[in-house]
Amino acid sequence: MTGQEYVFAVLALVGTISAIRLVTAKNVVHAALYLVVTLSVVGGVYLLLAAEFVGWVQILIYVGAIVILFLFGLMLTRAPIGREALDNQQRGIAFLIGLGILGGLVYLIQGAFSWSGPRLRPSVGTTAQLGQSLFRQWVLPFEAVSFLLLAALIGAVVLSRRDDRP
Amino acid sequence: MIRLPLVLFFSAVLFSTGVYGVLARRNAVLVLMSIELMLNAVNVNLVAFSQFWHDITGQVFALFVIAVAAAEVGIGLAIVILIYRNRETINVDEVNLLKW
Amino acid sequence: MVGAAETLSATAIGPGFARLAWVVAVLPLVSAALTLFFGKRTPGRGWIYGVAAMSAGFVLSVLVLWHFVQGGGAVGSSVTWFTIGPLHVEAGQYVDGLTAIMLIVVTAVSLAVHVYSIGYMHDDVRFTWFYVVLSVFTAAMLNVVIADNLIQLLVGWEVMGLCSYLLIGHWWEERINSNAAIKAFITTRIGDVPFMFGIFVLIAATGFHSANIQQVGELVGGPDVSRGLVSVAALLLFGGTIGKSAQFPLHVWLPDAMQGPTPVSALIHAATMVAAGVYLVGRMYSVFLHAAPEVLGFVGIIGGITMFGAALLALVQDDIKRVLAYSTVSQLAYMVTAMSVGPAGRDAAFFHLFTHAFFKALLFLGAGCVIHAVHSNNMSDMGGLWRRMPVTFWTFAFGSAALAGIPPLAGFWSKDELLVAASKGHAVVFTLMLVTALVTAFYTTRMVMLTFLGPYRGHGEPEEAPAVMTGPLVALALGTVSVGFLGAALTRGVFFKWVFFEVPEPVTFVLWVATLSILAAGLGVLAGWYVYRERPEPDPVFQLGWLSSVLVNKFYLDEVYMNGIVLPVRDRLAAAAVWFDRNVLDGMVNGTARLTKDLALGTDEFDRTVVDSAVNGVAQAAGFTGGLLRYLQSGNVQRYAAFLFVGVVVLAIVITRI
Repeated sequence: MTGQEYVFAVLALVGTISAIRLVTAKNVVHAALYLVVTLSVVGGVYLLLAAEFVGWVQILIYVGAIVILFLFGLMLTRAPIGREALDNQQRGIAFLIGLGILGGLVYLIQGAFSWSGPRLRPSVGTTAQLGQSLFRQWVLPFEAVSFLLLAALIGAVVLSRRDDRP
Repeated sequence: MIRLPLVLFFSAVLFSTGVYGVLARRNAVLVLMSIELMLNAVNVNLVAFSQFWHDITGQVFALFVIAVAAAEVGIGLAIVILIYRNRETINVDEVNLLKW
Repeated sequence: MVGAAETLSATAIGPGFARLAWVVAVLPLVSAALTLFFGKRTPGRGWIYGVAAMSAGFVLSVLVLWHFVQGGGAVGSSVTWFTIGPLHVEAGQYVDGLTAIMLIVVTAVSLAVHVYSIGYMHDDVRFTWFYVVLSVFTAAMLNVVIADNLIQLLVGWEVMGLCSYLLIGHWWEERINSNAAIKAFITTRIGDVPFMFGIFVLIAATGFHSANIQQVGELVGGPDVSRGLVSVAALLLFGGTIGKSAQFPLHVWLPDAMQGPTPVSALIHAATMVAAGVYLVGRMYSVFLHAAPEVLGFVGIIGGITMFGAALLALVQDDIKRVLAYSTVSQLAYMVTAMSVGPAGRDAAFFHLFTHAFFKALLFLGAGCVIHAVHSNNMSDMGGLWRRMPVTFWTFAFGSAALAGIPPLAGFWSKDELLVAASKGHAVVFTLMLVTALVTAFYTTRMVMLTFLGPYRGHGEPEEAPAVMTGPLVALALGTVSVGFLGAALTRGVFFKWVFFEVPEPVTFVLWVATLSILAAGLGVLAGWYVYRERPEPDPVFQLGWLSSVLVNKFYLDEVYMNGIVLPVRDRLAAAAVWFDRNVLDGMVNGTARLTKDLALGTDEFDRTVVDSAVNGVAQAAGFTGGLLRYLQSGNVQRYAAFLFVGVVVLAIVITRI
């Protein structure tokens, strides 16, 4: 185990616990705060993997913007408190399916790499490299995404504005 | 010098947790949060493999996924608010008009 | 007059504003966009953009012409538009004297129409939209004028067709208007198809290398292009002219197009769309010259028939706009006919196009003022208006005199040039032109006298139009008086130094031709005055027996089209289908039916006992399982999601196992 792996293990542990708390919390605002923790941890993982630009985008966009959106969503809709109010009747099935997917994925990763699989030697991820790739190779998808965001913006406005007509 | 499987396992855990959340939560906003969890798991995979193959493209796509996720949350919450305005509830199991 | 040396020295002059001719064509497009987006929020509902663009365009056009006044040569510039194999199509401009003159004609008339419409369309609900289409229309015509290649020209040509459809049908709430718009669109389209194929043939003739008008013009004269191919191309191109310039037998749309607002009639039927057809022949004149001589003969025959026939039709119209419409058809046919006599005729035709644009726009706008005042298109509801509408009357009188060919107005000079060109060895054309001039003078006099003289026969108290409408009339009247001198042979007009084909033709004043022309015009006017001085009732043109009925029914052309084309396709084909259906298909069907009936009786027994019980059994089983399965469809999204993920897990396991 290298030093980086220890740091990763701590991060992963915090991330896993907060993710589980996120889907089990009895209070929606607590759930949102656990989401902040989980997203920050994922951002930390990006930084640890030397993907600095993606890491900071994760912090800025997810933690900064999307969580705020969620909080607004919670504020605008009356959210009750309590397990029965927040969870439905198929918790058991859901747990089994989640476990099945986890098992399946672990099985697949095992089969592909084994426990002591290859070590990552982070080599790419600076903002300069990302910018080069984004604006040389992927300009068209980039513009398409910007258009998608615009459409989403307009769509959100249209959907949520009050219809004044009788 | 992190071993690749460790990162992938973390991603798998996040994903399965997200799946559980999507299936078990009644509150539509919490369902959306769980979907974010799954998207993040995918992003972790993309970044990890980007470093594995020394190819920046994975991170470019992680950025695209983040942008699409932002759009999805925007529209999703708009729909949730619309449902709330019409039905006084955002419990997804109570929005079940489309059935026999 | 203009020697080769002078032309050579002329090229030394820099292109100046001629390079900027394309700006003239872009300006109305910009104003259309501005009107569309900001028109309704602008004070005055957006006319300001169109008027401003047209004013700027007119000034710029004059500056472009100035280059040629100084004796400059043609200027061209282009950018690559697209490339298909060896074919490079460029978008660009080719500016020579003809282009400059056309720019002035189009912008001047369009400016007059834009200003005039402020008053005429004032209460219209779609005022802003009207200005948008008006501007787009002008832009399309300007594009046709400056285009340096055939594809670009075709684009402008078709956009014009679309805009004319929109403008003629501007008041589409009334069925008759939208029908007129459809008729205009489809009829011109019948001409456009051959036109398009003509372009293809020409491009093929260049070996798929160029669509450039100048290059095509040079190539068709060369040894590499077969004469038959050129003849075919010329005939096909002339198809476009027949449609757009409303020549026989496709002239039927133009009188109906009078259903549009009057300013539109002035723009479409005086200066732009119908002129485009004549312009096309003149611009592609090299193709016509190098075709077999029979092609120009055909052009002359079509032109001659239209010229005389339309003038006769103008005699019997009661609707003042229809008189003007047939007169336009007739005058355009003058130009087309003149094209057939050779390069001198071509130049004279353009001179007539130039002067005709001014006085015909004037007449249409004047008619608009009258219609605006008396709320009727019919001359039987008019009369005695000269006291009540003095400005309209005097300007209209000038326009009519020019149309009739009274010296020294513009129409006389240009008609004189046409006659001189035809007098050199084209006796039939010359005679026909003279007779048509006589008829023209007669129906013009009739129109003026029925509209403005005698007692008033309509309702209400007609008043003079507002200044915004009479202003353009006065401006166009000044043009009508003055532009003739630009090309008048007697005053050694300079027009033919600007507009010429290959070499400038010498302009000569031929006394006996001018005398005959004046005689014909004078005779027509006198006859008109004599017949209508007492306002005979009923109108004598309807007292000519069979001739009147032929004319009133427009030579029965509409009936021929209806009975010969529309109805056979619609009814005969349908009737044939019915006959086939009744006799052949029904027989087969009946025979089969009888056979089937006997079989059926036998089957019936089997059916009732064996099959029915089997079917019922299957149905009951299906209903039962369906009843069970429907509980799966709970309407709960998360239940569905659970199925989905179970499916994913199962699939993952199955796939990895294999």
